[in-house]
Amino acid sequence: MDGMSLLTITVLAVFVGFEVVSKVSSTLHTPLMSGANAIHGIILVGAIIVAGQAADPWLLAVALLAVVLATANLVGGFVVTDRMLHMFHARKQVAPKEGAGKVEGR
Amino acid sequence: MSLLDPVWTSLLYLAAAVFFILALRGLSSPRTARRGNLIGALGALIAVVTVFLSSRLENIPWILAAIVAGSAVAAPVARRVKMTQMPQLVALFNGVGGGAAALVALLELSHTDDPWVRLAIVFTLLVGAVSFAGSGVTFAKLQELMTTRPVVFKGLPAVMGVVLLAAVAAGAAVILTGSAALAVLLLVLGLAAGVLLVLPVGGADVPIVISLLNAFTGLAVAASGVVLGNVLLVVAGTLVGASGTILTRAMAAAMGRSVAGILFGAFRGGSTAGSTAVSERPVRSSSAEDVAVLLGYAQRVIIVPGYGLAVAQGQHTAAELAQALEARGIEVDFAIHPVAGRMPGHMNVLLAEANVPYESLKEMGEINPQFKTADVALVVGANDVVNPAAKTSSGSPIYGMPILEVADARQVVFLKRSMRPGFAGIENDLLYEPQTSLLFGDAKDSLAQVLGAVKTL
Repeated sequence: MDGMSLLTITVLAVFVGFEVVSKVSSTLHTPLMSGANAIHGIILVGAIIVAGQAADPWLLAVALLAVVLATANLVGGFVVTDRMLHMFHARKQVAPKEGAGKVEGR
Repeated sequence: MSLLDPVWTSLLYLAAAVFFILALRGLSSPRTARRGNLIGALGALIAVVTVFLSSRLENIPWILAAIVAGSAVAAPVARRVKMTQMPQLVALFNGVGGGAAALVALLELSHTDDPWVRLAIVFTLLVGAVSFAGSGVTFAKLQELMTTRPVVFKGLPAVMGVVLLAAVAAGAAVILTGSAALAVLLLVLGLAAGVLLVLPVGGADVPIVISLLNAFTGLAVAASGVVLGNVLLVVAGTLVGASGTILTRAMAAAMGRSVAGILFGAFRGGSTAGSTAVSERPVRSSSAEDVAVLLGYAQRVIIVPGYGLAVAQGQHTAAELAQALEARGIEVDFAIHPVAGRMPGHMNVLLAEANVPYESLKEMGEINPQFKTADVALVVGANDVVNPAAKTSSGSPIYGMPILEVADARQVVFLKRSMRPGFAGIENDLLYEPQTSLLFGDAKDSLAQVLGAVKTL
């Protein structure tokens, strides 16, 4: 991929990133941050590529360390975000019976 | 094994990138958030399968073993961690992501002699290392492995300046020579810069730093995408960088401060390095029974939770108290300050865990006018977010930060561990006002005592 196309994609991605999160309510700041955190765990793809090219055992060891770290970021990030969001969901079901006539959440 | 056609590879990466965008968009609304997160996970799965099918890889058994190891460590931790420890876990995951990006860049150095690619490698190394070390220090602060107060020593700005200059010099040398030894030196300098960056940041500012380091890791991943010529990494990293930047700025705005002020304020000795002196003025300390009477015969109670609630794991007791009061016909709401706790929206997550109904959680702009009609404002483990110094004393480090107007309530009750000032280290004059009473003790114990007393009224 040539530099110009890469630059074009990067600039467009900046605008998409600004657009999609610009109106988020502070209620969801934690899951949003945690979700974004999970997404950058995709560095795993890069770690797999370098590990797949490593010829020397020392280089392979470093690359495998990168794979372990990236996997922890990716898997842990998505799992923890899901757990948080599950609670936001569960509250809606529990609220009517415990909250004495409270209506369902937004 | 025959390799996937490059066109298919590109299409699958494109699909993964679109899924990530949908994931972020879904996360910005409570109704679509959980599905959004699952879409993101699906995108990640597609991308990982694609890389195995499309590249000629050696060492596949090793790689698979490493993936299993990483998942085996992270998934159970993510599933079992207490909600109060969520901020440090997110910081930790963020840090290891940055570390992975830095290692990838280090290993790619020998595969290129293009100066532009080397520039991207230098950027990834430095930013990834800063994010790794910075997140590590953040984790240590939040886990209370070290002091939560700002660590400032004489000459810190000078040391930071020297480290950054050395990093620029080493970076330039790596671009010119491609030396692996210099790249390792750069990595070490990046780690040092990350530690120095976060050390002077005080407790109240830590949520913003987590968000900022998250954006840093995003940028490091984007740069590693440039290094590897992988469009998916560029798009995903840039998305996270951009959204992290927005989140950081939104939170800094909620505190009435600039991001630069938070990071560099303490360097100048301004930010959070306030006095720790405890005033000699008298306060009205109260018993659990007195507080229960105040609450039990009120018509409207607003509970203001802060990090003290999280530390004490008191969110369930707080929710029970709210229910007990509601059962007596009292209107109870929770007032949520945007930066209460240790990460953005932290209180919402905690109270959601305790099954507090969504519509009882009120954002600052909505609840502030209502304090005037409240009989009691019950402040549980919060201090800086209700400190009137933010409005009145222009010399105060938190001056300009919007606060919850608890002083407008007829009675204010603070549940506090001690008279120690909040994380920002500033004394709260509200504690000495005539309408204020204090109940000392661990937030959860105090809440349980008050709850017991309310039940016997």
